[in-house]
Amino acid sequence: MSVPLLRFEGVTKVYGHGASAVRALDGVDLNVDEGELVALMGPSGSGKSTALQIMGCLDVPTSGRALFRGLDTGRLDRDALSLLRRESIGFVFQGFHLLARTSALENVELPLVYRGMSSTKRRDRARRALADVGLLGVAHHTPQQLSGGEQQRVAIARALVVEPAVVLADEPTGNLDSARAGEIMRLLVELNRARGITIVMVTHEPDMAACARRIVRFRDGQVTGDDVVAAVVTTIDGAVTSDDDDGVFDIISPVQVPP
Amino acid sequence: MIALQAITIALRQMAKNPLRAALTSLGVLIGVAAVIAMVLLGRGATADIQGQLSGLGQNLLFAAPGQPAHGGAARGAAPPFALADATAIAKNIRGLHAVAAVSGAPVRVQRAGGSWSTMAMGVTRDYLTAMKWRVAAGRALSDDDERAGAAVCLLGETTRAELFGKGSAPEDVIGEQLRVGGAVVTVIGVLGKKGRAATGMDPDDTMLVPLSFVQRRLVGNDDVGSIVVSANDGEDTARIQDDIIAVLRERRHRSALSDDDFFVRDMKEVERMVGNITGTLSALLAAIAGISLVVGGIGIMNIMLVAVSERTREVGLRLALGARARDVLLQFLVEAIVLSTTGGIAGIATGLGGAYLATRHFGTPFVVDATVLFVPVAFSVAIGVVFGFLPARRAARLRPIEALRHET
Repeated sequence: MSVPLLRFEGVTKVYGHGASAVRALDGVDLNVDEGELVALMGPSGSGKSTALQIMGCLDVPTSGRALFRGLDTGRLDRDALSLLRRESIGFVFQGFHLLARTSALENVELPLVYRGMSSTKRRDRARRALADVGLLGVAHHTPQQLSGGEQQRVAIARALVVEPAVVLADEPTGNLDSARAGEIMRLLVELNRARGITIVMVTHEPDMAACARRIVRFRDGQVTGDDVVAAVVTTIDGAVTSDDDDGVFDIISPVQVPP
Repeated sequence: MIALQAITIALRQMAKNPLRAALTSLGVLIGVAAVIAMVLLGRGATADIQGQLSGLGQNLLFAAPGQPAHGGAARGAAPPFALADATAIAKNIRGLHAVAAVSGAPVRVQRAGGSWSTMAMGVTRDYLTAMKWRVAAGRALSDDDERAGAAVCLLGETTRAELFGKGSAPEDVIGEQLRVGGAVVTVIGVLGKKGRAATGMDPDDTMLVPLSFVQRRLVGNDDVGSIVVSANDGEDTARIQDDIIAVLRERRHRSALSDDDFFVRDMKEVERMVGNITGTLSALLAAIAGISLVVGGIGIMNIMLVAVSERTREVGLRLALGARARDVLLQFLVEAIVLSTTGGIAGIATGLGGAYLATRHFGTPFVVDATVLFVPVAFSVAIGVVFGFLPARRAARLRPIEALRHET
């Protein structure tokens, strides 16, 4: 079997020291393979966001190993982690995090700046990424001139422009109404399906998680469930048809949690 | 590439808040302008004074009766010199280039077209040689003029212009007749221009006549007011100064116990003294101006700390997108440098303008060279680096997750 894209081996993350120490992750084992669309679910404080941060090399485990394509990120220094993010990871945040008073196009170009790419090449790729999310028409609008949904699509274009190995999305629909949220989810699913882009997203909305092919559930820093969604039927318009109350499609088989 | 990008970002940040950028740069602007103005004014004054002094001749010594006082020679009650004193100095001291006796009298010079009050300097033949003063037209005084007490004169440039008009050429006035006191004096020459001094004295506002003419026709005694001595190049003027003192003491019958009733001044010494004083003064002023430059730097540091805290989320985003610590450091450092350099360049313009106006006002030379321009630019860049480093490092050390979550 080939090396998984992301692999957690007993990952534990502790914030703070002594009595006030918080165990955000407690011995998590997890694999994410190329081409997956994974939703991380769980109540707030369950560790799902911490897991995403460690996957995104924004943080390293306190103990255990987090492997990115077999590379132990805990052994890398700050700059090496930056380079890994720069070359391989696209981020989408709940709060969009676009630069104010800066055009959509330039926002999308931003990650390429740190690659030392020429401005014409940057512009070219940023335009293509904007076209991919259907926003070429507003390339010169600033975030203030765009709706929330459009802003998040610009942010997705910014994640795509680096041609990342994985897109990590932290509550990408959290700040949007259900119609816009559905639009964003449709886009993410489409990118995963048609382009084979690996996506890991954190969400606490069952409707959104339902669009994923696999749902990993967290509670108290531990993985409590890792399920593959039966059939991904995307009629996404904010209301996914579902007969049980957790809004998730039927499960074919529980996935074995890697040792 | 990334540095270029950092400059673009910095300029854009400044454009977003132009008032803040302007006020921040203002501190450096004032500092640089003050330093430049002080340095240039100091240089102008030094150059002016040294120009005057070296115009007098490097190896010049000047003797007068009485004691020196502030701003010139106070004759006091000491007996005057005589022509024989000058002759004795010339005869008994070796290494001398020229010795001249001088006696001045204020006069009103009249001619058909008008009149002018000036100083008639009665001098012996070697005065022009000792003072390194050029004759622009006509001839110098001769031994015959001195012996005869001839009614002839050389005009200083200002005197000539006042009497004959600025349009007259030096050659045109040769042979003209002037009425001085009760005598009619013939113009035999015109002196080269020395230029107006910062002290307000105009060396060109003069006329030279034979010493014997002043003594016999204007003042009616044989007194000599001062003696001017120039040494040969390479001679030790301190030794010559001692020799002159010895000769004069003997001739004036001063006993071993009594003080000199005259003084001998070595112009080299004066030049050094003046150079020291103006140098110290301008260094002091520049240092005070330098303090305002430091204050400007602190202003930049302050505003950069505010900027880092305001833009913490942006820093977090940039780190998440793959910026390394050094990229973030560079970005904020460049921003501080752009702020300080903008202030520095504006300060150079302001300082040059201010110094130009001030030197015009004081009539001192406006001396600018590359150092005056480069040093402040280098300085303002350095201020950006020094005072921008702490805020930039603070930004670079931010942890991406915390920075992204930062509430502004």
